[in-house]
Amino acid sequence: MKRHVRLVLALLGVLVLGSAAGTPAAPGKQFDGVTVNVLTFTGPQIAEPLQRRGPEFTKLTGAKINVVTVPFSDLYQKILTDMVTRTNSFQAFVFAPQWMVDYVTPGYLEDITDRVKGDAALQWNDIAPFFRDFSASYAGRIYTIPLDGDFQMVYYRTDQLARAGLKPPQTWDDYLKVAAALHKKDLNGDGRADFGSCIAKKRNAQSYWMVWSVAGAYLQSKGTSQGSFFDLDTLKPLTNNAAFAEALRIYVDTGKYGPPDELNWDVGDSRSGFVTGRCGLSIDWGDIGTLAIDPKSSKVKNKVGAVILPGSRRVLDRATGGLVACNSTTCPYATGGVNHAPFAAFGGWSGAINKAAPDRVKAAAYAFLSYMSQRKQANVDVTIGITGFNPYRTSQFKGLDNWVKAGMSASAAKNYLGAIEASLNSPNMVLDLRVPQNQRYQQVVLDTAIAKLLAKQITIQQAMKEITDGWEATTNELGRDAQLQAYRSTLGVKR
Amino acid sequence: MLTERDLGGTGSPNGPVPLSLPQALTRWAGRQAGSLFLLPAVLLLMLMSIFPLLLSVYLSLVRFQLVPGGFKLIFVGLANYRKLVAGIEREHFLGLLADLTPLIWGMGGAVTAVLLVFVIRGAARMRPAVPRTAGRLVFAVIAGALTWLAIRTLAPGGRPGTVITTILYVFVGIAVQYWLGLILAYLAAQQIPGRRFFRVVYLLPMMITPVGIAYTFRIMADLGKGPFAPLWRAVGLAEVSWAGHAWGARIVVMIGDIWQWTPFMFIVLLAALEAQPQELLEAAMMDGAGRWQTFWKVTWPQILPVTSTVILIRMIEAFKIIDLPNVLTNGGPGTATESLTLHAFIAWRTLDIGGSAAVAYSLLFLVTFMALSYISLVHRRLAGAV
Repeated sequence: MKRHVRLVLALLGVLVLGSAAGTPAAPGKQFDGVTVNVLTFTGPQIAEPLQRRGPEFTKLTGAKINVVTVPFSDLYQKILTDMVTRTNSFQAFVFAPQWMVDYVTPGYLEDITDRVKGDAALQWNDIAPFFRDFSASYAGRIYTIPLDGDFQMVYYRTDQLARAGLKPPQTWDDYLKVAAALHKKDLNGDGRADFGSCIAKKRNAQSYWMVWSVAGAYLQSKGTSQGSFFDLDTLKPLTNNAAFAEALRIYVDTGKYGPPDELNWDVGDSRSGFVTGRCGLSIDWGDIGTLAIDPKSSKVKNKVGAVILPGSRRVLDRATGGLVACNSTTCPYATGGVNHAPFAAFGGWSGAINKAAPDRVKAAAYAFLSYMSQRKQANVDVTIGITGFNPYRTSQFKGLDNWVKAGMSASAAKNYLGAIEASLNSPNMVLDLRVPQNQRYQQVVLDTAIAKLLAKQITIQQAMKEITDGWEATTNELGRDAQLQAYRSTLGVKR
Repeated sequence: MLTERDLGGTGSPNGPVPLSLPQALTRWAGRQAGSLFLLPAVLLLMLMSIFPLLLSVYLSLVRFQLVPGGFKLIFVGLANYRKLVAGIEREHFLGLLADLTPLIWGMGGAVTAVLLVFVIRGAARMRPAVPRTAGRLVFAVIAGALTWLAIRTLAPGGRPGTVITTILYVFVGIAVQYWLGLILAYLAAQQIPGRRFFRVVYLLPMMITPVGIAYTFRIMADLGKGPFAPLWRAVGLAEVSWAGHAWGARIVVMIGDIWQWTPFMFIVLLAALEAQPQELLEAAMMDGAGRWQTFWKVTWPQILPVTSTVILIRMIEAFKIIDLPNVLTNGGPGTATESLTLHAFIAWRTLDIGGSAAVAYSLLFLVTFMALSYISLVHRRLAGAV
């Protein structure tokens, strides 16, 4: 019996020694055993870099990153439901910063001001001031880490414009002229007629941003703090006047030069259409610039130009509701008599942390978001089309090395970054709506009315009335004073 | 001394029979056992079904608002319903009414006359007269209002809202699914080569998840890049897209729905066809009946009860359509393809919880009305046809 016991002990000893010799003891990592569930939208954009860099981060820190995705249209509600019901299955979120107001007010997001201040690796000041202020902060505190910079621009085919002897559009009327000139021409050499303009006009997708990219130049001319959605004194919508009517006319008219099923196109379709050479012009965030250099899908590599959103020579006179010509008083920031109002639509994907998560998980979530935003990772990711991340750090505009390495020609990179920089530096940049429950104003009322207008279910006059009435009803429901105060504060207006 | 009557018993004709305490308790427990055994199921049902139903009534009467520390529900009475029928959501929900024309008046008048005859005949023939007539009157008022809404919104110059769009999906979808399913089932019931293969093929769309079906159909219906794009171009329709036209989009959604649900009709009707007694068919054949006559005079009456049940099940299900319009068109162009469930869903995901619940409750009312009307007017007669 004793012999058997000794034998077993000896075998156990050998096993223990063997396993110790076979696997050298790993030094304990900072976040060993921690799992961070990150919720974002069904990609591949945005989810792709998070999923790709998650394992890298695990190797460095031990924290496991689990990226969960839902369709974009469900993301806002999914995040809120998770926190309101105290399910708290997600510890970090990557979302649109314009929704932040609805998450911060009830106290669901972690205030990361102190963490950011103590995080030298993040190089916070390298992030452009607009994204630090608009995408990351609310009421003077920091709640998100920007991972993306969003401005809408107009993309054009450099080869086709050169062939037609046309210049990139400076005004929305120019846009229509260029679109008309390129429409029904074979733009990609497949022997079939292509389209002058491709815009994501599908309902419940991105159309409500696209229309505001056109409207911004007509509605806002006296600087960012003037705002483009409401009157600053009464919160009456700026959607029932000659300027908005003109913007809607332009937006509807772009459809004459678009694909027949444009009303069912979202940005996935318009991007794909543009990079496969089927479109002469398009409105988009920075994504087309980087997707156009992807050798797998692009037929327009180094044939793409980007320009700040076209403007208007006439703008809204808020006193009369009419259109007035641009001059030094009406359009103090105009260039060559054209009022440009680049639209910071959406604001750029940003990462935030669920306040209800355990402290160690919150620390790991912060470390991951910081890692994603740090120069070493971010400055590469913004050059890859599939990431959906667009430039937002000052360093990303300086030096073209990363861009050339990614496959963009130096001139194309200069052109692309120049358009974003021009938007970023514009004193007349249009801020996206960030009042509480902004989704109801934009995603429901505005989007539905625009969809009906495009489908010819209603006229321009009816669309304007429907938007105005819908916004007024929403404001009355949510409380005019509170909404007005929130609107003013997002524009930095103090009264 | 306890008696049987004390414990809720009926007693014997000769008066109460005295029982010992253990006997009485045992008998009492025996009588309660049924209720006790049922209690967990009843409680579960109440918890899972009735409680959410009542809670959602409450939700339809409130407004959700985020406030520091969480959220609050502000009671607003019937404001969410008022918004649907008389407020900013009226056109979205009920639709845009076309101007009255002699034709619309004529159609409305004809419907009113039919409903009046229906009520008067009911009052004259049915017993007990008062409750039955009242039931018919309620039916006539609601059916008349819905028909009037359908006529006014589907006429030129009108625009159907989510109520009529949903009803269209239900009626057109079920009618086509039923007849298509019946034809396919009839063919698959014949002794023809390859019948087993076709039975499996016809069932495939039903095996896939609804969203999977919707995405598959979205690819198939893409006439710019999809598998039918070359054919579409070849017939010179490259410049035409269903996505830009209200009726084009509605028809595509209905085709998708028909494609998805015809297999359900097919499988149930096939079972009904194969279950009919062969003797009747043989007798008909012996009497010299042709195939057509045999079908209408023998087979059709045989499968009527199943027909009625399968239509009822599909009708209740079809009112909840959301996957196809959501994936194919997001409810567009405009609001042309938006169903009631999608309407509620869009409101819900933008935090209009009360508005969403009000739409959902309107749908519940509509489904209940349609199902009850169908059961009392059609189902009972057809189910008892054989």
